Amino acid sequence: MTNKKRIATCWLDGCSGCHMSFLDMDELLLELGDRLELVYSPLVDRKEFPDGVDLALLEGAVSTRDDAAKARLVRSRSRLVAAVGDCAVTGNVPGMRNRLDNGELLELVYGRPGDDQPGPPTVDVPPLLPQCLPLHREIEVDVFLPGCPPPASGFVRLLEAVLEGRDLTELPTLKFG
Amino acid sequence: MSGGRVITLTIDDRDCGAREEQTILEVARENGIFIPTLCHLGGLHPVGACRICIVDVEGIARPQPACVTRPVEGMRVATDSPGLRRQRRLILELMLAEGNHVCSVCVVNGHCELQELALQLGVDHLELPALYPRREVDASHPRFSLDRNRCVLCTRCVRVCSEIEGAHTWDVMGRGLASTVISDLNQPWGEAESCTTCGKCVQVCPTGALFDKGKAPGEMRKRHSFLPLLTAMREEE
Ligand code: SF4
Ligand code: SF4
Ligand code: SF4
Repeated sequence: MTNKKRIATCWLDGCSGCHMSFLDMDELLLELGDRLELVYSPLVDRKEFPDGVDLALLEGAVSTRDDAAKARLVRSRSRLVAAVGDCAVTGNVPGMRNRLDNGELLELVYGRPGDDQPGPPTVDVPPLLPQCLPLHREIEVDVFLPGCPPPASGFVRLLEAVLEGRDLTELPTLKFG
Repeated sequence: MSGGRVITLTIDDRDCGAREEQTILEVARENGIFIPTLCHLGGLHPVGACRICIVDVEGIARPQPACVTRPVEGMRVATDSPGLRRQRRLILELMLAEGNHVCSVCVVNGHCELQELALQLGVDHLELPALYPRREVDASHPRFSLDRNRCVLCTRCVRVCSEIEGAHTWDVMGRGLASTVISDLNQPWGEAESCTTCGKCVQVCPTGALFDKGKAPGEMRKRHSFLPLLTAMREEE
């Protein structure tokens, strides 16, 4: 058993931009690599979200029941949960549908079934919740890292604070949008 | 700028001299004491619309807006406390929750006074549930657009158009959550005959609600340094 911190990242309704920004830490990732272990992420090959995670970074808003279930699972297995990026923090672009009618919107995008168009998908993708929600409306969130995407330096500060066991409420917000 | 009786008061336990026609905000700034603001803009009449500048005045139960409160002899003012910070954050949250602020696709992203205020006050998420209202966009003007989703009803546009340009194209209509800025008699901006297309309202708007057409996200920067100059020159005349 090592005493490395166990970090996980997970991706709900987002564009993966936050994960790209996470990778933008470049060689700093390697330096931090001595002190932390990436135990679950779209970037590593592991199917099940593991137990005993120290910090879970969640990108994206909660748009479907599937997202909500993932968020709850992550919460139940992680000591700290960070809402990463504007989609997780405010709903951002996926949340722009909240002031529109879901049914109308889907027809606008996919067409009406029967009019020689496929209509909205009904298999393989979970149906939309009535509203797309910021992460903290579904689960308890310990720290918010806004930005679209958050700058790599924001990830560095967050990871260092967690590694050093510092108070996360002291972390300054760097940017929105 | 002279005349008026000289008053002494304390702001944050510091003795300050003031003239009676000044406001607490002005006196604080003269003394290098920072009070956050949003609707206030030098050169326009203060209206106390946003309440971000609230301060505590000894002997008065409720916080007072510094931009429209006059100094009184012996007054004791406190501009910062955990309570004031909490209330300012709540005011800002209410503003954000009752509009639709999607910074990543906004013309002023990165140059927005509202965003900056959120960073300053430490609002990194909304405790209040957002309302996601359906608000109208007016793109009928040939040069400018109004996106009411980003409007915080600060009335800077109303004041600059009336007080400086003298056109009085803008007004506020409705009450509470239904309040909205309108041009002329609630006509599309492009049909508002009073508008001279001077662009002053666009430049003083603290958010991305008023903007030049043809700007991509993050491209719009506001310039309102003309305003104090204009008012100072007019006072001299
Ligand atoms: S007006 Fe400011 S706070 Fe609102 S969306 Fe635009 S950048 Fe964000
Ligand atoms: S462009 Fe000038 S005249 Fe027209 S509404 Fe704005 S401030 Fe008023
Ligand atoms: S349009 Fe801009 S300047 Fe006018 S009230 Fe709204 S936020 Fe203020």
